[in-house]
Amino acid sequence: MQQRRTIDQIHTNRVLLNGQLDTPKWWAPTVITLGIIVAIGFFMIGIMVNKGLGVTGLSRPVYWGLFITTFVFWVGISHAGIMISAILRLSQAEWRRPVTRAAELLTVFSLLTALLFPLMHAGRPWRIVYYILPYDFARGIMPNIRSPLIWDPVAISTYLTGSTLFLYIALLPDLGNLRDRTQGWQKALYTVLALGWRGNPRQWKLQTVGGILLSALMLPIFVSVHSIVSWDFAVTPAVEGWHSTIFAPYFVIGAVHSGVSAVVTMMALMRWLWKWEDFIRPEHFDALARLLIVVATGWLAFTFLELIFAVYGLDAPELELRDLQIFQWPWNILFVTFVFTGYIIPVGMWLQKSVRNNIALMFWSSIFVNIGMWLERFLIIVPGLARKTPFVYTWEAYRPSGLEWFILFWSLAWVTFLMLLFSRFFPLVPLFEQKESQTFGDSIKIGRVRVPAIVREAD
Amino acid sequence: MTLQREKRDYSWGMVVDVDKCTGCQACVLACQAENNVPLNLQDRFERARAMQWIRVERYWEGEFPDVKARFIPIMCQHCENAPCEPVCPVFATYHNNEGLNVQVYNRCVGTRYCANGCPYIVRFFNYWEPVWPEAFRNHLNPDVTVRSRGIMEKCSFCVQRIRRGVRNAERDGRKVVDGEIQTACTQACPTDALVFGNFNDEDSKVSKMKKDDRHYTLLPHLATDPNVVYLAQIDTDRSAGESHG
Repeated sequence: MQQRRTIDQIHTNRVLLNGQLDTPKWWAPTVITLGIIVAIGFFMIGIMVNKGLGVTGLSRPVYWGLFITTFVFWVGISHAGIMISAILRLSQAEWRRPVTRAAELLTVFSLLTALLFPLMHAGRPWRIVYYILPYDFARGIMPNIRSPLIWDPVAISTYLTGSTLFLYIALLPDLGNLRDRTQGWQKALYTVLALGWRGNPRQWKLQTVGGILLSALMLPIFVSVHSIVSWDFAVTPAVEGWHSTIFAPYFVIGAVHSGVSAVVTMMALMRWLWKWEDFIRPEHFDALARLLIVVATGWLAFTFLELIFAVYGLDAPELELRDLQIFQWPWNILFVTFVFTGYIIPVGMWLQKSVRNNIALMFWSSIFVNIGMWLERFLIIVPGLARKTPFVYTWEAYRPSGLEWFILFWSLAWVTFLMLLFSRFFPLVPLFEQKESQTFGDSIKIGRVRVPAIVREAD
Repeated sequence: MTLQREKRDYSWGMVVDVDKCTGCQACVLACQAENNVPLNLQDRFERARAMQWIRVERYWEGEFPDVKARFIPIMCQHCENAPCEPVCPVFATYHNNEGLNVQVYNRCVGTRYCANGCPYIVRFFNYWEPVWPEAFRNHLNPDVTVRSRGIMEKCSFCVQRIRRGVRNAERDGRKVVDGEIQTACTQACPTDALVFGNFNDEDSKVSKMKKDDRHYTLLPHLATDPNVVYLAQIDTDRSAGESHG
């Protein structure tokens, strides 16, 4: 079991509420800088919607490119929340506690970002709003439910709703805590948001039951969301590199790989920025890294199986596609980078105990994973389209335009911006979870035996 | 889907005799003029965004000096089992009961999913608002919608001509006579390599040509059941047993 330090509750409150009660000095400049990038990004998107998708590098037949890659990337990141807060909660992994909220928050914001990408990437985004968003029973303008592009918003909005509720339920006790510690408009805000939380036993019971129920209800989403995203590609028999039955589990495990790595990135940042060394401890990184070794290895197996299934038939177009994807310039560089950053470097690092307990190295390894995972999606989506059918006459290359790159980086700035904005008003580490875990860890000595101070009922 | 073909009056289709194709591109130009397809200037080709509802693919065969140019015109195959149709989230493309794969411009939101689903790469996206030189102002076909930016378009088998032909026939209380309706490309083809007609009529020219031993469809392993049938090239300098390619 992990080493525990006793942290009293007053200290916990003071340190974990420092984002709200005394905001760090770096907060305002950082948020303003990110805000400027975000504003420029929205302006760029505005230009794209105004002028048309000609401003991208897309062509025929490479109709989908960097935006869809980034969409899949953010949906992948969003699996962080469900992995940490649902699966680890149900399996009662104690070390999950300090990171549950941040992971769930990352889920919500990355899903919101992911949803923007297919929308802005459509030729006429305003028409999507017209046809799909209000599900139209009155005029009979029904969307085509056979299309994976309808399954996508259904799955993602279900996930988003579940995650938001989950986040909010877990936030209630801390909102009550903040309400009691603030004055003026902040107090008014927290009073409304806390929904009359007083912390009596009935409320605690309801809050716990709600959390468990939502975790269990969200478990199917864990499988469904990224499966459905993968079916955007897998149901397309015309594209050799997409039409694969292995895609659903392959994408799901890839999403867990990138999502949990993103949690590691975020934990390191939280530890550095808010100085929460007492709460986000090396043993948390150690536990996540061990989990990641398993996930990454499973994902690598899927990657190779996918390649083996593809080339096993020795089908000429498929071989041509794989030749482009793996051996042709500049894809070969991307492929090698993908294999090294997605698996070899990070897993090689995580196998050392010294690295698992070193926050800086863990931070960089998790950054590597997400570079690799982004490249994985890019390598699946674009070469498949560029070598689409035996009609070599229409084979094309794809070079993303500067605007597309900017919007990719905009999305990173946008998620960070939202997280930081949230951190100003709500605690990123759940106080009550932290205290609960501390209390569960307490033990008393009876004779020669140490027993837990509290016997827990079902979680 | 395939069963419906027998019930309806018309099942429009095309037969392409590759043996007769000289690669002259007359069909491409005729289509461009008939269907208000935007001008493909140099930059469109450089960015691989040129729109050609029908294109003539050219392949070289053999080693110098014994080189042959092979031409194959490819347009929307109007598949009975079209992979582009189920993936469209807004029903902007669907199959009508005359064997046409129809694109509804008003409904299209521009996801380009249909284009990814199409194995023949015959769907085109309007990356920019189409513009024509001032001199072309009065050259546009009034029967055909000018597509705006952000939507897909593709060969419609000159649906405006089909509609007019069927309307005329209905007014006279008869069925459309074989050869009465011509698409722009079949009309322009100097060697009659392209023939348009009704597959439901046993006596139509396309039905007869379809029975030729040389017939094949493109990418049959995808089971799209196209309404465009190709007739293979005849190589006079090859012995009968020798295989192609």
